[in-house]
Amino acid sequence: MTDMTAGMFTTGILTTSDGRPLKAALARAQRRAKWRAFLLVLPLLAFVLVTFVVPIGTMLKRSVYHDGFSAAAPALGAWFAGHPQGAEIDETAYAALVIDLRQMQANKTAGSAGTRVNYNLSGAISLFKAGARNAVDLQPPYKEALLALDARWGEPLMWTAMRASASAYTADFYLVAADMERNAEGGVQLVDENRQIYKYLFVKTFVLSALITLLCLLLSFPIAHLLAVLPMARANLLMILVLLPFWTSLLVRTTSWIALLQEQGIVNDILVWLRVLGDDGRIRMIYNQAGTVIVMTHILLPFMVLPLYSVMKTIPPSYARAARSLGATSWTTFRRIYLPQTLPGIAAGSLLVFILAVGYYITPALVGGAEGQLISNFIDFHMDKSNWSLAAAIAAVLLAAVLVLYWLYDRLIGIDRLKLG
Amino acid sequence: MRKLLILSTALTVVGYAAQADVTVMSWGGAYGEAQTEAHVKPFAAKTGIVTTMVDSDNPATPIKAMVEAGDVTIDVASVEYADAIRLCDEGLLEPIDIASLPAGADGVAAADDFLPGAVTECGVSTDIWANIYAYDTTKLTGTVPVTAADFFDLGKFPGKRGLKKGAKAVLEFALMGDGVAPADIYAMMGTPEGIDRAFAKLDSIKSEVVWWEAGAQPPQLLADGEVVMTTAYNGRIFNAAVNEGKPFAIVWDGQIYENEMYVVPKGSPNKDEAMQFIQFATSTEGLQAQAMQISYGPARKSANATEILFKDGKTVMGPNLPTAPANLANALESSSAFWVDKDAELNERFNAWLAAN
Repeated sequence: MTDMTAGMFTTGILTTSDGRPLKAALARAQRRAKWRAFLLVLPLLAFVLVTFVVPIGTMLKRSVYHDGFSAAAPALGAWFAGHPQGAEIDETAYAALVIDLRQMQANKTAGSAGTRVNYNLSGAISLFKAGARNAVDLQPPYKEALLALDARWGEPLMWTAMRASASAYTADFYLVAADMERNAEGGVQLVDENRQIYKYLFVKTFVLSALITLLCLLLSFPIAHLLAVLPMARANLLMILVLLPFWTSLLVRTTSWIALLQEQGIVNDILVWLRVLGDDGRIRMIYNQAGTVIVMTHILLPFMVLPLYSVMKTIPPSYARAARSLGATSWTTFRRIYLPQTLPGIAAGSLLVFILAVGYYITPALVGGAEGQLISNFIDFHMDKSNWSLAAAIAAVLLAAVLVLYWLYDRLIGIDRLKLG
Repeated sequence: MRKLLILSTALTVVGYAAQADVTVMSWGGAYGEAQTEAHVKPFAAKTGIVTTMVDSDNPATPIKAMVEAGDVTIDVASVEYADAIRLCDEGLLEPIDIASLPAGADGVAAADDFLPGAVTECGVSTDIWANIYAYDTTKLTGTVPVTAADFFDLGKFPGKRGLKKGAKAVLEFALMGDGVAPADIYAMMGTPEGIDRAFAKLDSIKSEVVWWEAGAQPPQLLADGEVVMTTAYNGRIFNAAVNEGKPFAIVWDGQIYENEMYVVPKGSPNKDEAMQFIQFATSTEGLQAQAMQISYGPARKSANATEILFKDGKTVMGPNLPTAPANLANALESSSAFWVDKDAELNERFNAWLAAN
């Protein structure tokens, strides 16, 4: 006891009544509180981890990983490891190929190996299946034997494709997502112009999403303003009108637009009835790009109205009145007083609508026809065609683009100013 | 967490296994109905195994996700021929032994009774169906279209055309519409010039095309007057015409036919029952029963030996089947070997072509 008292005086550390240093005791108490808080958020954390982080991680891995060929062709993999790009494809390479083909036939992996190489060069699946079927009967020299079986075995492009497929980790799917392919020398080049599609689709998706965001903003701004300034009872009624479609199933809303807009639909019928259009001059408003824009604008509207409304609600009307009393015109008041104060709402709504629009899938699928399809529809397309790695690569590019936008938003406007309602 | 996942998955599997009922996934609409009446119901009645039918726009699509997730909820799927080969290549299907299939009604072993190519490593043909084109006889009066070339002739037959959204069968049809003989189609499509030629033909009607995806859409498009003529699966048009009395006519010139396959996804919870189902459904009687419901041809010689009547009791099915000699005059058998290889590349080109305005 005396020692401790002495120590206390010499170092000047404050202690609690039972003699422990105050700092440590405080930290301990806080640690306990922190643990309690952590335990409270643990279910959410686990939920997010299982349903969000793990799937996205798996997806990202799939976009750079495909072992269909590398697992089935170890001998060829070893040969590629020992012979860099540009090395002559000699008899040892063909011998390794035949060993692998025989193994593929035994393990029934020729199809999946061919599928992987086919992603780089079409035609590989049947080549590998036929090769594996006949591999047992091949006699050395294997080069001649394989070339006699199918001349494509000698093509430099096929060997580049196999080399690229021979490692499980690959950037090939990102190449495809960028409309690129490997040439015979192992370098990358753009694919033929008539096969380029993904870059076009990315640009189109972003342009259409921006257009939809703009339309939403133009339509929502007056509505949100009205909601904010009307007396409570009428504002509530209006609010229900805004929220009602929000609560209705997405599919119901989309299909009702089909009933409205199709060529034999209500809008065309009315226009024909009013003699604005002739019966043979009906306008095509759906199953095209216009359909996608119209329906998505309607569906995403509440995501713009609500953030705008929540911000406008907090703007005191006295500011505008003060501006007017100081001689500002109504336009100047709007431009210099009201609009700047709604900016956080505009930014939040635009960010929300834009990010939702960029990844939208079901609406363009139903009403987009051939030209109104967005990039997400092609992610789905490749999922259907079971090329999951390409689907994952496209999705990863989309994810990266959205993250960049989010970062830009944070730099320009500040994420702390985001108001969602 | 991992253990929990394994445990819950295991419990689910046990749950399914305990039920031991067969779930069949098919294309819905008139086709799904035909398979339900011809195969699902009689199989359940005969064996006492609860058998249910579920619909999909394309039953081949969900199989990979199910198998990779280890949560296979269907036991039998009805898929296109090229998909049966592709899924089998990727190791997503259970192999089927041809020797396990019942002999024909005339006693000929299954291996000799089935038409060439009708049984593959992982699939058994349930019927032979065709891509044809059809028109509404009340809207197209006077000169009617009779050849594949007429489909692409906007001068002679103005108006919208329905086409399936996808490269397969559309490119072949375009070439036949351009006057290429069926025997030369796939050789030509193996060359860049041939593909260019097909797209050039499609370009000539592109502005007038309404694209469809599900098999039930084309009869609807015709009935609504949205299109003047449309490609379709022949059974759907037959069903609308004979069963629902719609004034639709089929043009067989330029038809593209192929086998439809029953397959069993790898890891099916009731694999043995699923195999029993396939043996039952692809027997001579099973195939004939399906042909009584919809105009798709049986792929067994023994099933074609006797005349089949439609379920209405009076329509003779023979002339309505893709395999009828008269319908085969200018017809093409879809090449799975070609599409397994070229599907990715040509669909990329097709999608790029579609997206470009």
